[in-house]
Amino acid sequence: MKRFAALFNAIDQSTKTTVKVAALAEYFQEAPEEDRIWTIAIFSGRRPKRAVNTTRLREWGAEVAGIPLWLFEEAYPIVGDLAETIALVLPPPDTETDHGLTHWINALRDLSQVEEPGRKAFVLDAWASLDPTQRFLFNKLLTGGFRIGVSQKLMTRALASATDKDEAEMAHRLMGDWDPATTTWARLILEDDPAANASRPYPFYLAYALEDEPENLGEPKDWQAEWKWDGIRGQLILRDGKHFVWSRGEELMTDRFPELSRARDFIPDGTVLDGELLAWGDGAPQNFNALQKRIGRKTVPKKLLSEAPVILYAYDLLEWGGADLRQTPLQDRRATLETLCASLPDDAPVRLSPTVPFDSWDTLAQTRTAARDAQAEGLMLKRSDSPYLTGRKKGDWWKWKLDPLTIDAVMIYAQSGHGRRANLFTDFTFAVWNGNDLVPFTKAYSGLTDEEFRKITAWVKKNTQQRFGPVRQVTPHHVFEIAFEGIQASSRHKSGVALRFPRMSRWRHDKPVQEANSLDDLNEMLAIYG
Amino acid sequence: MSGALTFTPAGIYCPAGDFYIDPWKPVSRALITHGHADHARWGMESYLATDIAAPVMRHRLGDVSIDTIGYGERLQIGGATVSFHPAGHVPGSAQIRVEVEGEVWVASGDYKMVDDGLSTPFEPVKCHHFITESTFGLPVFRWQDQAVIAAQINDWWAGCAAAGKTAFLGCYALGKAQRLMSMLNPDIGPILTHTAIENTNAVMRTQGIALPDTVQAGPDLNPKDHRGAIVLAPPSALGSAWARKFGAQENAFASGWMALRGIRRRRAGDRGFVISDHADWSDLLSAITGTGAENIYVTHGYTEIFTRYLNDQGWNAQVLQTEFGGEDAEDEAA
Repeated sequence: MKRFAALFNAIDQSTKTTVKVAALAEYFQEAPEEDRIWTIAIFSGRRPKRAVNTTRLREWGAEVAGIPLWLFEEAYPIVGDLAETIALVLPPPDTETDHGLTHWINALRDLSQVEEPGRKAFVLDAWASLDPTQRFLFNKLLTGGFRIGVSQKLMTRALASATDKDEAEMAHRLMGDWDPATTTWARLILEDDPAANASRPYPFYLAYALEDEPENLGEPKDWQAEWKWDGIRGQLILRDGKHFVWSRGEELMTDRFPELSRARDFIPDGTVLDGELLAWGDGAPQNFNALQKRIGRKTVPKKLLSEAPVILYAYDLLEWGGADLRQTPLQDRRATLETLCASLPDDAPVRLSPTVPFDSWDTLAQTRTAARDAQAEGLMLKRSDSPYLTGRKKGDWWKWKLDPLTIDAVMIYAQSGHGRRANLFTDFTFAVWNGNDLVPFTKAYSGLTDEEFRKITAWVKKNTQQRFGPVRQVTPHHVFEIAFEGIQASSRHKSGVALRFPRMSRWRHDKPVQEANSLDDLNEMLAIYG
Repeated sequence: MSGALTFTPAGIYCPAGDFYIDPWKPVSRALITHGHADHARWGMESYLATDIAAPVMRHRLGDVSIDTIGYGERLQIGGATVSFHPAGHVPGSAQIRVEVEGEVWVASGDYKMVDDGLSTPFEPVKCHHFITESTFGLPVFRWQDQAVIAAQINDWWAGCAAAGKTAFLGCYALGKAQRLMSMLNPDIGPILTHTAIENTNAVMRTQGIALPDTVQAGPDLNPKDHRGAIVLAPPSALGSAWARKFGAQENAFASGWMALRGIRRRRAGDRGFVISDHADWSDLLSAITGTGAENIYVTHGYTEIFTRYLNDQGWNAQVLQTEFGGEDAEDEAA
């Protein structure tokens, strides 16, 4: 684990991408091959199963540190990371071991078969023999969740550099459901066998938000416009007589959307479609709320299947007849996609997401204002002759979203953040007026700069009225503009509404607290947009 | 609360001697533990501080009336017997012992127990009532040996120098900067200082405190003449127009807060070194134990948590609201 800890330190100590990539590339050339595989797995979110629950870890950590559990629990939110808190409170190690990363991961896997006293003995032994950084990493492996400032993109770049391969090819190799416990460095990274994994999705091409006026993109005739749907971006793969459904977050969702299996009846093998998973009803896409009921469910009861049937609203064709079409211009991919979809019956679980015709940017801007009526969150603009690229790239695809809805709200509770934001108050609850009362209606965590978070933190410390554990009730004083993408009625919230993607868009220093919006304003928005 | 010391809106007060300790409002007589701005404020009619602390206070507060006293020297002020004892926080810093009719109080200001090689080392003082800080009063704070940190900083500096970069080390101007200087290996390259730090250096050198050679990085300095240098500067100067003049550089920050990864990543630029002029968790506890005091007053830092722990462990502890800095991890002094 020393080699892995050195890699972690090199990455953690730098804010510079070039330094991180160089450290990773060196690791991918030098470390034992099995450790390289696990490192790729960890940094691409394929973490080993959690071997010990965190309640036990806290108890054992406090016990070994010789402190009461309550003191540990007080320190945890201040540090902002459980693995780190434990690593910090433990006394220095008294022995030293030098097992590799793979050894520890295998040991943790085997731990799930062990009774609790054995588990505890194992964890305490490990703590007593690892230095602080290794201990922190061991705890990270124990608790899962390995966000340490290495994006998949960065790791892909390092792998490409270490193996002298193309970055896009490397990104493709890392997609899908390969298993770090069974694959090898040669199979995953080196060997030339793209058909090795029938379920492997293509890396998604992601759009940047359009910041300029669309006029700057050039001639309208060179562009294709589509509605930007508010569903789950997904890839449907039909290969070897099977089908696979992947989300953009590389989650295999085949079993969650069983209705998509019927695609096999109509669409030939060797096809990969890119599109939006949406709830479908009354001949039209339904709002995100309808799809929400299906997310997180691994098995779907019949009733829900008929209430909120899901389709793939297809907008791109990545593979056809077993051939990779990604270098083919969009207009040609689209033509084939349209022919394919035209052949499908009406009740097929795949439909063609229509293009939005336009002859000038002005008329398109007009059309865009009606996006909410179409259950869309804006428009997508795609250059007609563009290839299908890998990852987020500027130039050929843009998302042109509607301006968010906004409401001015009063901050009433504050809580400190985690990780990089530990020790800063960053998580706030906001309220609107209902008569003379303030009714909480949403939380928001993002949108302010570090400097603003520092300012509000100092203010919260001086203006705390009451504490509820880590939550502080503050004097109602500051008004923030809350931006959000949608609003729904909700029986689970006191205010009766739930917002989609709420964030702080502006700190309204200019607005006195009395001038914040009211529950009536919120209900009016619900009536219009809900 | 009655006794030799009481707590008033202006600060910690001794009725028997009619004086305050580190007051935050203007008073006639102020006994000062050390020269940091949250303890030595402007506007007192008269000040009393150690002979080692006074020069920097004069430098910072201007033309004020400061009487001085040596460590361990006893002074009768009205009905109170007063003496100053080393707190180890920065050069000249003191714990102030106040005895009235056999009842002994110690107000410790800020302190650390490790010998930093520059400040007179902390000495435990027996008392009945002990006023303590708790800036790092959580069990997650545990300092490593100064030699370990010195090696880390020198390695980093040498790496910067080898890569043709200037090493910028952000630190507090009074105390921390001088301590860091004395930990640096001058064979690596020249030690440059921001004007705010060099002014304090000059005061300390004049009073006979031995500091390594430094070059003030003033407006006329040409960075090209000082390849491979380390520059000590207040954190606010890092990344400023003045700092950018030096070209390729790495920024580091030296503070106890760097023990927490979240703060380190938010604040530290390239590197964060964990070094503090405050006591860590175990030293706070051993300092308190060493006083033999039963009554503990916790002034600043993680006051509520630390106080609860002390009470758990059998002390009679309470939180004291003061205007000393400390709780704020964004504070640059720690």
